[in-house]
Amino acid sequence: MLRIHCPYCQELRDEPEFHYSGEAHLARPDDPASCSDAQWGTYLYFRRNPRGRHHEMWYHAAGCRRFFNVVRDTVTYDIEQTYAMGAQPVKDEALLQ
Amino acid sequence: MKQVNRIAEGRLIDRDVPITFTFNGRTLQGFRGDTLASALLANGVKIVGRSFKYGRPRGIIAAGVEEPNAILQVGATPSTQVPNVRATEQALYEGLVCRTTNGWPSLEWDAMAMVGKLAGKMMPPGFYYKTMMYSQPVWHAAERVIRKMAGLGFAPTEPDPEIYDKINRHCDLLIIGAGPAGLAAALTAQPSGARIIIVDENPTPGGWLRFSDDQVDDAPARVWVQATLHALRAAANVEVLLRSTATGLHDGNFVTVVERCRDHLAPTVTQGLARQRMHRIRAREVVLASGAHERPLVYANNDVPGCMLAGAVSVYLKGYGVRPGNALVVATNNDAGYQAAIDWLAAGTGSATVVDARAAPTSSLVTRAESAGVVVIQGAVVVDVVGGASVKAAVVCDFDAQADARLGPVRKLAADVIASSGGYSPVVHLSAHLGHRPVWREDVCGFVPNPDHERLLFAGAVTGEFALGESLEQGAIAAHQALSRLGFDAPKSLAISGSESIGFALQALFQVPHPLPTAKAPPQFVDYQLDVSAAAIEIATREGFESVEHVKRYTALGFGTDQGKLSNVNGVAIAAKALGQSIKETGTTMFRPNYTPVSFGVMAGRDVGEFFEPKRYTAMQPWHEAEGAAFEDVGQWKRPWYFPRGDETLQAAVRRECLAVRQRVGILDASTLGKIDIQGPDAREFLNRIYTNAWLKLAPGKCRYGLMCSEDGMVMDDGVTACLAPNHFLMTTTTGGAARVLQWLELWHQTEWPELKVFFNSVTDHWATITLSGPESRSLLAPLTDIDLSPTDFAFMDWRAGLVCGLPARVFRISFTGELTYEINVNANDGLALWQALMAAGAEVDLTPYGTETMHVLRAEKGFVIVGQDTDGSVTPEDLGMGWAVAKRKKFSFVGQRGMMRADCLRSQRKQFVGLSPLNPSCVLPEGSQIVFARPQSLPADMVGHVTSSYDSPVLGRSFALALVKGGLDRHGEIVEVSVGPDRWEKAELRSPIFYDPEGARQHV
Amino acid sequence: MQRFSAFSLFRHALSHHQNWQRSWRNPEPKKHYDVIIVGGGGHGLATAYYLAKVHNVTNIAVIEKGYLGGGNTGRNTTIVRSNYLWDEAAHLYEHSLKLWETLSTELNYNVMFSQRGVLNLGHTLQDMRDIERRVSANRLNGIDGEVLDASGVKKIVPHIDITSARRYPILGASWQPRGGVARHDAVAWGYARAADALGVDLLQACAVTGFELEGDQLRGVVTDRYGVIHAGRVGCVVAGNSGVLAGYGGFELPIESHPLQALVSEPIKPILNTVVMSNQVHGYVSQSDKGDLVIGAGIDSYTGYGQRGSMPVIEHTLAAMIELFPMFSRVPMNRQWGGIVDTTPDACPIIGKTPVENLYFNCGWGTGGFKATPGSGHVFADCLASDEIPALAKPFALDRFYSGALIDEHGAAGVAH
Repeated sequence: MLRIHCPYCQELRDEPEFHYSGEAHLARPDDPASCSDAQWGTYLYFRRNPRGRHHEMWYHAAGCRRFFNVVRDTVTYDIEQTYAMGAQPVKDEALLQ
Repeated sequence: MKQVNRIAEGRLIDRDVPITFTFNGRTLQGFRGDTLASALLANGVKIVGRSFKYGRPRGIIAAGVEEPNAILQVGATPSTQVPNVRATEQALYEGLVCRTTNGWPSLEWDAMAMVGKLAGKMMPPGFYYKTMMYSQPVWHAAERVIRKMAGLGFAPTEPDPEIYDKINRHCDLLIIGAGPAGLAAALTAQPSGARIIIVDENPTPGGWLRFSDDQVDDAPARVWVQATLHALRAAANVEVLLRSTATGLHDGNFVTVVERCRDHLAPTVTQGLARQRMHRIRAREVVLASGAHERPLVYANNDVPGCMLAGAVSVYLKGYGVRPGNALVVATNNDAGYQAAIDWLAAGTGSATVVDARAAPTSSLVTRAESAGVVVIQGAVVVDVVGGASVKAAVVCDFDAQADARLGPVRKLAADVIASSGGYSPVVHLSAHLGHRPVWREDVCGFVPNPDHERLLFAGAVTGEFALGESLEQGAIAAHQALSRLGFDAPKSLAISGSESIGFALQALFQVPHPLPTAKAPPQFVDYQLDVSAAAIEIATREGFESVEHVKRYTALGFGTDQGKLSNVNGVAIAAKALGQSIKETGTTMFRPNYTPVSFGVMAGRDVGEFFEPKRYTAMQPWHEAEGAAFEDVGQWKRPWYFPRGDETLQAAVRRECLAVRQRVGILDASTLGKIDIQGPDAREFLNRIYTNAWLKLAPGKCRYGLMCSEDGMVMDDGVTACLAPNHFLMTTTTGGAARVLQWLELWHQTEWPELKVFFNSVTDHWATITLSGPESRSLLAPLTDIDLSPTDFAFMDWRAGLVCGLPARVFRISFTGELTYEINVNANDGLALWQALMAAGAEVDLTPYGTETMHVLRAEKGFVIVGQDTDGSVTPEDLGMGWAVAKRKKFSFVGQRGMMRADCLRSQRKQFVGLSPLNPSCVLPEGSQIVFARPQSLPADMVGHVTSSYDSPVLGRSFALALVKGGLDRHGEIVEVSVGPDRWEKAELRSPIFYDPEGARQHV
Repeated sequence: MQRFSAFSLFRHALSHHQNWQRSWRNPEPKKHYDVIIVGGGGHGLATAYYLAKVHNVTNIAVIEKGYLGGGNTGRNTTIVRSNYLWDEAAHLYEHSLKLWETLSTELNYNVMFSQRGVLNLGHTLQDMRDIERRVSANRLNGIDGEVLDASGVKKIVPHIDITSARRYPILGASWQPRGGVARHDAVAWGYARAADALGVDLLQACAVTGFELEGDQLRGVVTDRYGVIHAGRVGCVVAGNSGVLAGYGGFELPIESHPLQALVSEPIKPILNTVVMSNQVHGYVSQSDKGDLVIGAGIDSYTGYGQRGSMPVIEHTLAAMIELFPMFSRVPMNRQWGGIVDTTPDACPIIGKTPVENLYFNCGWGTGGFKATPGSGHVFADCLASDEIPALAKPFALDRFYSGALIDEHGAAGVAH
């Protein structure tokens, strides 16, 4: 069971309070109408799905009801950091300090 | 029957409290403190089961959770049966009823054993794969026979009368195992004030110290254990959980610990007391001090009852005062084996011989054994057993480990118990649960936890450190490390000392050589429970199953209920030898939760029956129940399905309800519809982006139907949204979609358009919604409200605030039936009162409550879709003929707009929403029926759509249906064939989905 | 290939089973193969077998980073059925089911395919509509199936609780008698042995770490153990790793890899003679020939390659089992484990060409891969043997995610796999 630190509630809580919400930092194309079917299909369906470090979104459904970002290793399931929507992850160098 | 093997007092039993129990119908006696296994051994019971594959008689081997053979059925009544209980773990209680599960006609005379003897040779590993493959019927017939012989115990046949609990816990430090290392860790950590939980699977702490003669601080170790237990129990920051097994280590240092609260007691169903309890522990740090299991040597016929583990012999002697025989032969490759022989003779007359594979052991234990009268034979091994139903003699050969394991001449030693010790296997299971593969340590001659494990700390025998003093020290160090990480102060060591330890001086030996090659020798069992022999492992490797996982899967090694606790290392060693490689290269199979099996019940806890999932009710539920409504599950809601009068059928009730709405007025509890309150200066813009239709001009006091698509352009939800004020809207959603839609809105707002100032709140439960529908709804409502209901002031798709029956209300003039309709929303707390007031006021017009079924019929007559019933995630608004609800010229590309422009969404011949009139007007087509244009000449048929909704319409006087049909929008008037059963067809005409009042006059009146 | 039979067992018993041949060789790889299959699970081995058997392409290697059948093939709940809703999926799975029915004979290896029937329970009115729709479609696709009411369910599964006392009472089910379970390991081993006998090289403990590319063209694979091995065509069948291998080719897939968990009880005497699946309460169960209740859980929500999921999913699954079978409460659960399932947006596989020439993928089977093993291998062999994509595979091309022609099995059928 993952234990996730909600950056808004500032608490470490159990996974069942949250909903996984897919890859993070996926921006909707600014002008969908000008996208080709291929570009739109890529936006809709294609994901990085990395084996290792993954930036993903979670939703604190049974808490503050806010989405936030998580950097998690998809092999060890270790959560490296969580951060607010719209923010960028702390750089690795900073983490090391 | 007398307890023939009971000797002097055991440390764990109370001879003053005799206990009567039943084994295979025989009444036997034991004492309080006995396990079922010790009591059976005390009574001279040798055979406790028949083996899985060959039907061989089996006896008790071990004294703990690692027992593979003594698997019994426990329970006196059909509902309290417990299958597959390890007799070594089951405490004896008064009236316990147990039986063996295999053996026909009896345990002693088993027909399967004959089959096993005759055909056993034809059952090498994988024999199923090699035969019975000629045709499916042959295999199915064979399988029926095979299945009958499989399995161990019996599931109960009646529901469980007992309850199970879960408790969520948090601690700074969790210590798994209350042996010397675990206790030392707890003792070290306690003064820090950290929150500590220490768990142990046994009813008493101490681990192996319970049965040893070791000393701590120059006093018997047991005294130290008791003192430590008292000290820990007295400390406010320590919780000691006994009879509690850590069954799994999960991510986030989440450990499941199952406490067997009442399994040691007779199953009386006592209100509120759980049979078992799962402690769901989130620990900041975990120390694993899980100890080690002794493993047997693998010699021929090593499964004959009377073959045991050396350590188990000592446990039964010292712990339970049971000596399961008179003449003991110990086969060992290390010093530990001598202790059993010493204990054996200390318990009384008899003989004890140690057959030591080592040429010249030097331990002081050897001298102690010899001076105690133990016969010691060095440089020799037990290669075989004489005896069928019980051990008669051990077959011994001289053995020279150096000289290529050459064997000397054979001689027999009379014996009724052969105890073996092949060394100790650290209990690494939990360390592997997160995927860390244990590693082989040659010096330990066992697998130890992966040194790269970053989440656990280890102490004691699990690390391969078997000496008392070092275990205590390791416990203290582990506690210190754990607490230091957490910022607590803890000493690095404990000021206690363990007695001088004797090394094990183990000489690696797993499978004992036999004068015959393994394949021809009598079976040398590795995994007792699944009858996996050394020969089977050799055959597997010979057949190319070379990965240790392949060996496991091909032979079933380690697949039993003991999960290979005894067999793993021996099996790996034998496979390694057969493959000509080292054990390190071969590696081990992985261990998965659970460490020991746990009941389904405790995994489910209280989330069963009515607590399986919450039931949601509206405020009017008491009325519905009192009226005898039939209910339908919609999401988590219980919704009134129909309101039968007397013994009315569904059909009759729905017919009556439908006509009431069409002709007079009906009342519906619509409270379950999702309601989301949307506020903010950008609320309107947000709606414009999330709905397919336009929202910028909707004025306060007005409502609008909205269609919501996902980004792929498929319809995902719909509902009416009202403008309450310029910056304030109330959105309704489908009953089942409410939570999903709210999350959807939040997703878009928070991740894509955070610049929009808008807020969402679920208000579904805040409001009770009562729908009055029918031509007389206005005349019914008018005298009850201060709202002006005149059609000019309060038109269709308007809403007004006011009082209804004196209660503050929002009234929406929207309609899902096509009739004049008022949806009255009041504070949920007022819902029941309003419902009752309306029912009273409506009595004279026979105001008729109606349920979801009638609602469905009425809306279908009007061609209104139900998202999720008439759509399925592959339907666009255009497919529904609802292009009018798609504002293609909106400035902002709304969610779904680009998706619905993809090539496949624009092609012709998509499945489109139509009405269906069966040519036979009394035929109600089954919902879900597939549709073809022409009856197929062969299969597969060319299916062109399916019936999504289908009813008998009282007002139309005929059946009708809604459907999705290929190119349906352009096919009105065509006749299709509907498959209504095997080779049964009905013709139907495609038409507009609006069957009733196509102009919509009735809802506008 | 040494033939297996009852007689061969008897004969080998006389020689103490010391003369069984290896099931497959441990070959040294050649420098070049006509076709390399990456992934030695059931699908990959079946692909190799049918390539050799049906298309006479025998210069083939199957490259497996671990041991044969060690991924999802050996970790699933072994359910076989073909009662899918949409034509494209139904045809593919029915093709597979037909191959299952003769597979043991075909391979001379008993894969223990036990056609004990599969029940998909319905607990709500909408469930029953969906069941009627699916069974109706199955019937017209020539697939066996019928709709049962609750008492019909009870007749087949006497221990199930169909009373209204349950939170979600059982209203009925779909019933596919030809469905069932099989012995998962035996499927991999049977295909491996038969493929090896046809000359296919099975290279175990050898990981593919990259592709040898020349422009847009694939020339071979890079391995950790043998360096570059050249190939005319490469087919990747690597459930749980599809995204990683696609990355080597420089493209992405519409795939997310999730943990999927399963568990078994301790072996008990026969109590359940069929496969019972329920979407509403989330769980499915059958009883193995050994006596274990084999139980599948719902998919974990997050992506993960750890071959393990979260405990609450298991807890919920067992609650669901007790909801269906209250007397299972005192049965002990033995062991749990997890696999990695590659899920696509429409819960249907991706079969066919990729943006890289000569590179083919067969992936995205989600939770439904095991039952498809023979059909998937058969169809993928067709793809690799000629450049022509067979009709059964065409709807499953990657470009459907651009055009929008999805085959929305989970959207429509709502059936657990």
